[in-house]
Amino acid sequence: MHDGAVPVLDVRNLKTVFSTRSGEVHAVNSVSFDLRPGELLGVVGESGSGKSVTMMSLLGLLPSPPAEIRGGEVWLGDTDLLTLGEDGLRKVRGREVGFVFQDPMTSLNPVFTVGFQLTEPLRTHLGMSKTRARERAVELLELVGIPDARRRLGDYPHQFSGGMRQRVMIAIALACDPKVLIADEPTTALDVTIQAQILELVKELRQKLGMAIIWITHDLGVIAGIADRVMVMYGGQVAEHGPVRELFANPAHPYTRALLQTMPKIHGARDAKLRVIEGQPPVMGRHPESCPFMARCAHAFDRCARENPTRRDIGAGHDVACHWDHRTGEPVQDLAEVAS
Amino acid sequence: MFNYTMRRLLLAIPTLLFIALVIFLLLELSPGDPMADMPLTIPPEIREQMRLALGLGEPWYTRFFKWLYLFSVVEPSHVLASITGLENLAIDGQRIISFQTRSPVGDIIAQRLPQTLWVVGLSYLFGILVSLPIGIYSAYRQYSWFDQAGTFVSMVGFSLPTFFTGPLLILIFSIWLGWFPIIYDTTLVVDSWYDFALQMRQMAMPVFVLTLYNAAQITRFMRASMLDNLTQDCVRTARAKGLTERVVVLVHVLRNSMIPVITVIALGIPQIFTGAIITEQIFRVNGLGQLLITAIYATDIPMVLTLSVVFAILIVVFNLIADLLYAVFDPRIRYD
Ligand SMILES: Nc1ncnc2c1ncn2[C@@H]1O[C@H](COP(=O)(O)OP(=O)(O)OP(=O)(O)O)[C@@H](O)[C@H]1O
Ligand SMILES: [Mg+2]
Repeated sequence: MHDGAVPVLDVRNLKTVFSTRSGEVHAVNSVSFDLRPGELLGVVGESGSGKSVTMMSLLGLLPSPPAEIRGGEVWLGDTDLLTLGEDGLRKVRGREVGFVFQDPMTSLNPVFTVGFQLTEPLRTHLGMSKTRARERAVELLELVGIPDARRRLGDYPHQFSGGMRQRVMIAIALACDPKVLIADEPTTALDVTIQAQILELVKELRQKLGMAIIWITHDLGVIAGIADRVMVMYGGQVAEHGPVRELFANPAHPYTRALLQTMPKIHGARDAKLRVIEGQPPVMGRHPESCPFMARCAHAFDRCARENPTRRDIGAGHDVACHWDHRTGEPVQDLAEVAS
Repeated sequence: MFNYTMRRLLLAIPTLLFIALVIFLLLELSPGDPMADMPLTIPPEIREQMRLALGLGEPWYTRFFKWLYLFSVVEPSHVLASITGLENLAIDGQRIISFQTRSPVGDIIAQRLPQTLWVVGLSYLFGILVSLPIGIYSAYRQYSWFDQAGTFVSMVGFSLPTFFTGPLLILIFSIWLGWFPIIYDTTLVVDSWYDFALQMRQMAMPVFVLTLYNAAQITRFMRASMLDNLTQDCVRTARAKGLTERVVVLVHVLRNSMIPVITVIALGIPQIFTGAIITEQIFRVNGLGQLLITAIYATDIPMVLTLSVVFAILIVVFNLIADLLYAVFDPRIRYD
């Protein structure tokens, strides 16, 4: 699919459906992406666009029912995670793939010490002894920049500040030296200075440890600062994807273009209004055969209602799922899809 | 925490004094005469002397303070003496005398306590042992047939009062089937396997009725608490760490869910002594609950007052214990 190294993670046509009272919700609709060794892939998209559900689907972390994975492949090295059973997946979680979640206030268990929660994956996956695991836990806390690490192992999560707790979460995710770190809005719940510190920490850890990272966020500014590639999600689908500079320079999808315009500019005009994207986010699953962005799109035409666009390559590793050609301002003529 | 406990215990003293006074005054104001059971042939002047002999001639505050002294000093000294076997610990002289039986209330309570503890205490224990696993599994498999059945049974157990289930069981198992005796024989001394079997048989129905009731309550609580915690973010974290489902549920979820459940269990312990009044009455188990009922019927004021204050003490103490357990099990809570 892409030139360069063999991807550590290769997701193809992943489909996740929730069965609800009011019908099926196609929360993840044929999502494909890959992640190369040591790379940081940014994932953006508005609330409800399926970012979290996509990542949770990879490792079977969604409760089933209501969630059901309808199809696709998730290659981690040379195993397809979707063919592994629960036992197989468990050996991958926390061992090969580490997770950091949004809210550090609630992601840690309040009644266990940080030391206990940090040594758990070490003892489960690596079979370390208690003392050995504690030594490693001290190293990990030092690695994520928690001062006085040895003493703090006996502390409970409520004795840490929000930023420190997120550092602990990162230490837990990295405990078994995973190949992939998935960070689901890890800084959204933190205030801006702490957010910057966590970003610095992740950049630093990435250089030291060399794992590949998937970083989910709402914040395009964060993406521009740390990501190598970006994937924009909309309505459970990948709207656009490409190397970060290329995508920011030539946004091709009307949604991405609108998203970039909503970003306030520091050097922009004083009286510039904060832009919003008009209309409502889509109700997923209602019209899987049409483009999910159609109702809010300024360029929509009849084909958008008939046919949900597939991703087409537009050069420089950049692809977009849209019937409208941003270069000509006209509907696309040829149907060159992304070969996958 | 030690300071907190001490402060709470000291605060409990005025509370209990107030409770004792209120109960005393209520009994004072209530209608009824301890002499009512005496034959009508007793001449009025003798009747009056008997009243004076019971101490009823003195003003209420004198009687209250005398009772208070006997209750807090003399009776405990006798209890202590019989527990330790050191006879000289007991303070000689006047004790709180039950109008009805003319014996010291402390001794009667000590006699009745074992029956109550056996029947009601055992059912509380069984109730806990049964309800915790059911509550945990019901919540983990919410809406499964197991959960539906469990919820149905606990709703039935919770909403049917023991004065309904008790007679129903007596009707089915004692009268129709004849499996269990109707009346609990307190004089039974267990010194052979045969007597042991008899004891089991007579305990079966009251224990079952109370177990059902207790289990129903605790199951509902356990289930709700587990459901609250199963969807917590930290449980998702535990799963994402690759822990087994067993560890996720029985360590991470359960440890959080037990905090409120343990306090509820602790708060329910005084009910072992008080709450079984009706069940004891139905099955003729002559424990503390039945003692209280008969004392009320007989206007046995010293007995009613003493028992009620003992119950009040138990409630206050177990409230404190529940609060302390909360702090023990939840590291976020610190009392200083
Ligand atoms: N348990 C569920 N039952 C039904 N639908 C669900 C469930 N969980 C998620 N969804 C649906 O999946 C969609 C995607 O949710 P997801 O959490 O992945 O969004 P997100 O992009 O991560 O949003 P956010 O930025 O707010 O985290 C939502 O629109 C929601 O309707
Ligand atoms: Mg999300």
